[in-house]
Amino acid sequence: MKGTIHNEESFLANIAKNLGRPVIIEGISLPVWKNSPQREVLKQATPNELVEELQEQCKRVHTEFHLTDSTQVKHRLNQVIEQLGNGPLIIPKDDRFSEYELDDLLLEKDTFVWDHQAGRKNIEKAERANIGITFSEMTLAESATVVLFNSKDHGRSISFLPSCHVSIIPKSTIVPRMTQAAAAIRSKVSRGEVIPSCINFITGPSNSADIEMDLVVGVHGPIKAVYIVVEDK
Amino acid sequence: MAMKTSSAKFKERVDEGLHNDFMRMAVSSAQERLHGRRLTAVDELGNWEDWRSLGQEIRQHVLANLDFYLHQLAENVSKRGGLVFFAETAEEASGYIKDVIVNKKAKKIVKSKSMVTEEINLNAALEAIGLDVVETDLGEYILQVDDHDPPSHIVAPALHKNKEQIREVFKEKLGYTQTEKPEELTAHVRGILRKDFLSADVGITGCNFAIAETGSIGLVTNEGNADLVTALPKTQITVMGMERLVPTFDEFEVLVSLLTRSAVGQRLTSYITALTGPRDEGDVDGPEEFHLVIVDNGRSSILGTEFQSVLQCIRCAACINVCPVYRQVGGHSYGSIYPGPIGAVLSPLLGGYDDFKELPYASTLCAACTEACPVKIPLHDLLRKHREVIVEKEKMAPFSEKMAMKAFGIGAASPMLYKFGSKMVPSAMSPFKTGDSISKGPGPLKSWTESREFPAPGKESFRDWFKNREKGGNPS
Repeated sequence: MKGTIHNEESFLANIAKNLGRPVIIEGISLPVWKNSPQREVLKQATPNELVEELQEQCKRVHTEFHLTDSTQVKHRLNQVIEQLGNGPLIIPKDDRFSEYELDDLLLEKDTFVWDHQAGRKNIEKAERANIGITFSEMTLAESATVVLFNSKDHGRSISFLPSCHVSIIPKSTIVPRMTQAAAAIRSKVSRGEVIPSCINFITGPSNSADIEMDLVVGVHGPIKAVYIVVEDK
Repeated sequence: MAMKTSSAKFKERVDEGLHNDFMRMAVSSAQERLHGRRLTAVDELGNWEDWRSLGQEIRQHVLANLDFYLHQLAENVSKRGGLVFFAETAEEASGYIKDVIVNKKAKKIVKSKSMVTEEINLNAALEAIGLDVVETDLGEYILQVDDHDPPSHIVAPALHKNKEQIREVFKEKLGYTQTEKPEELTAHVRGILRKDFLSADVGITGCNFAIAETGSIGLVTNEGNADLVTALPKTQITVMGMERLVPTFDEFEVLVSLLTRSAVGQRLTSYITALTGPRDEGDVDGPEEFHLVIVDNGRSSILGTEFQSVLQCIRCAACINVCPVYRQVGGHSYGSIYPGPIGAVLSPLLGGYDDFKELPYASTLCAACTEACPVKIPLHDLLRKHREVIVEKEKMAPFSEKMAMKAFGIGAASPMLYKFGSKMVPSAMSPFKTGDSISKGPGPLKSWTESREFPAPGKESFRDWFKNREKGGNPS
């Protein structure tokens, strides 16, 4: 469905008048910016160094960090779930849970898999869940940030409503910083792909320093955040 | 709350600020923390000046081609099924939003923090027709519960209140029975607001940066409240100041990095979200209907003038966190929703000289604000330009004009850094110096020095001083 636009012409005409020229709505191309300091950050870092940076940064954003491999990920995830007080769990409908052979574990737990046909029930499940578990699409080492692409199979509520958020991070998803994630999204756009209606860049648990600048962890979203980095197969 | 937050005279407001010791303690400690965090976050990059130059270049390019990028944004929002409304005035903007809400027969509205909705007085317009509007940013919520106490800072709106005061407010208004521990106060609010998120009909947000190429709205928070405001209600209304956009995701990420480091000294905040259109087909959460309201409200008349660069502002409050005047008088003294140096430049432009003519004088022209600005707005130059306009064109120089000009005038070319992170011109201050303090300050300094001695500017640069201090060196 296409949307609508109101009052654009007079609004833009007023802007152009104040800028002292006719209205321009086409033909502007992006300049080559004189500086690009964002490309320098962790430029030479190896994949292992990116993992180290991510681990270090997790300490600063109150996030528990685990490093494991594909044979141990099930065991490690189980430990994390138990430490966080077990289910109910909520997960997106995502093939990677099978690829990493996590289905059995999740079956044993009280796990709800996001099902868009169930409508509002998904949100109620997310609200009651203790833990939401996601896979990071891209992971930013500099800031310890996971990137989530939401869709009909991956509700926004999974990473916001439960008390805890566990994100599984395939090592190959780790990039230096937001610069590389932005470039990847832009290349989707230039290939004509439709970008998701909601892209989250999530760094640790929800927090606020609005009362006397004292950091309180867990305001509206999750109170605890755990990342599990998995060495690629 | 409109632009103007008080009907008291400037001097009365300043007096009240100067005599509120609670507030002054809270402000100075908050300033120090925010300022220190920012310095750490920018120093670790090692090339902060390149970042600032890039930020400035992006913002200047967007302002010079604002019609092009707004058109591109509107087209792309509409392609994804969004409804775009361009509003010239505050009344048009809040009128449109009111109509949308009335048509939806909505009762409850949840909001995430937005300065532009304060500017257009949206909450009052909605409450006047009996709607329940809930602010969900913790700081804003505290102010709302406290009978709409005005914000005193654009990033930390309740910075002037201490935890005991907040406990008292909660006790009286919310039946709160626990202690003043921030964790307990926060947990209480979490419980209340969770229910509001789940039952709200409409979610209203501001917009940190819109992305023209994709028609996306970028939201930056630590609490995650903007995400719940946009994920759960069926209708989302986003209100943006017309200059708050970037060309593509590439520039978005640069400006977000500048914003989070400058505002709170974080590499990124906990939640940065790019929303494009309403929910996609089949999505369970996210809004069914998405409205984008693009607000002018006086901004276009700043374009093409010597004040155009103020529209580069990304609302990080770094200038507020280094301002020695803000530190002394607090946010409410400015009488505007935009306090501090950015407020002293912006408020007269958006709200008129009649109400805000004193603000350009609530500055020492020390240039700490200019140095802190991540997009290189020459704030102290703009303050001086305001004074010129006020004297020459508006013929309404407020007070101590001659003195202020004499002391701080155009000789502020090679400023020395000031003791607590600000700069000042030692030569200009020297006539007022007695030993190491200033006891009779000119112009706006006068009110403070009536109640306290003001430390005189040293000759050491702030960065040197800060580094020495970290090494355990002499703190002055």
